Amino acid sequence: MRVGNCFATPVRGTAARLLPIDIDAPASWAEHEERYGPLPELAGQSRSLLAAIEKSGLRGRGGAGFPTAVKARAVAVGRSPIVVANGTEGEPASAKDKVLLRENPHLVIDGVLAAMAAVGAREAIVAASQGAHASRASLEAALDGRPSAARAIRVAAVPERFVAGEESALVHWLNGGDAKPTLTPPRPFEQGVRGRPTLVQNVETIANIGLIARYGADWFREAGTGEEPGTVLVTMGGAVRRPGVIEVELGTPLRQLIELAGGLTMPPRALLVGGDFGTWIAAAGTLDTPLSERGLRPLGASLGARTIFVLPSSACGVLESARVARYLAGESAGQCGPCVFGLPAVADAMEAIASGTAGAAAALERLPRLKVQIAHRGACAHPDGALRFVDSALTVFTEEIAHHVAGHCTASHAEPVLPTVTHSDRL
Amino acid sequence: MSDHLRVNPILCDAYGHCAELLPELIQLDEWGYPIIDAGPVPQELARDARRAVSFCPRLALFIEQRAKAELRGA
Repeated sequence: MRVGNCFATPVRGTAARLLPIDIDAPASWAEHEERYGPLPELAGQSRSLLAAIEKSGLRGRGGAGFPTAVKARAVAVGRSPIVVANGTEGEPASAKDKVLLRENPHLVIDGVLAAMAAVGAREAIVAASQGAHASRASLEAALDGRPSAARAIRVAAVPERFVAGEESALVHWLNGGDAKPTLTPPRPFEQGVRGRPTLVQNVETIANIGLIARYGADWFREAGTGEEPGTVLVTMGGAVRRPGVIEVELGTPLRQLIELAGGLTMPPRALLVGGDFGTWIAAAGTLDTPLSERGLRPLGASLGARTIFVLPSSACGVLESARVARYLAGESAGQCGPCVFGLPAVADAMEAIASGTAGAAAALERLPRLKVQIAHRGACAHPDGALRFVDSALTVFTEEIAHHVAGHCTASHAEPVLPTVTHSDRL
Repeated sequence: MSDHLRVNPILCDAYGHCAELLPELIQLDEWGYPIIDAGPVPQELARDARRAVSFCPRLALFIEQRAKAELRGA
């Protein structure tokens, strides 16, 4: 185990495992080995790798936070498994997967190789968004320098759509279908790419497997909290001086994340945690909350897409929420009735509230009735995510909503500030 | 193991036959899509449930056997 000197480089953030940002260009394979040390022999190490992943306590970094070892073990017992590293990142406010692929492609490749050895796969796919040109180019260049890895790993360019990264949608697309979710079960770990058991893991999760294979579970647990070990890549946006991706230990207070992003440019009104699929939390009294599932749970929030968007006090949370609700309605895959009809109805209600028209009070009453008709009724979690977002807006912006229903808005600045379109490679 | 009714919402086109045939377990939302009782299908409704399944023009309704604890993936 090598600890200490591996990461002795200046970095942004409180931890620098996945993104040692000390260079302008991604490292060559030789430079990468110099920094992280050689990748240990992986062949025949399935048992010890699975044990290390389990002991590390690593959980998925894509949003759902499922224990990686449970999924990996389920895939490992199947025949001819496949590994898919998911870097599609459909969430408009998030850039962390694109940045990881672009800045540290070799670590993702290391993780793919280790995950393949763990589950006994001979084949792997790294999926990135079509628009993420720089990320895919960086990954391809890294693979060019590693011929044996390149023989087993292929890079796929996935259409840009909010739900394309949902694991059943990704598998469906890799199998030649549309990038739209399918009914589960079967889940990909049972029946995935070409019908084979498929380990779909977010690229950040995969990169962490590359570190655990090198330094072990105990080393991994040195960062983060006992319950939620490791570091996390977070995309910071909104009213901060230096928006972008930072790496911190799980459990880092929100206030420190804002400081690492250069501090506030304006007094904050609220934070959107987890992206357009995420949850609003009020800014007042919450900045000491640790960034972890446990820390966010009492606020009704979760890590989600690992983005934090600071809404300035000059902006209107109700207008922003109505815009996001409309965006999420448009991002429905268009497959399931309750999502196809329900989300536009929710967006209509949010817009009526935001515009303070005569129908605003009725729209506010209509939302709970819509909610029971939409919840848990899609093939994927898209409609549920949209409901969660709207619910949090109703909770956090209660006062502002009352103003809107009464026909006025307290914001001084009504121009939209939240991103709702994919901005690949912008960060 | 117990039997549960489930609809594939991707296939369902809101014909509504299921709710006609099995109002005890199936109601329609305001757009005409079925809202299905999540509990196990009671023994006395098992035959009606099978009939509702066979009458779905989209073959979207089905009976799923569920174990008590299933591995729910991420």
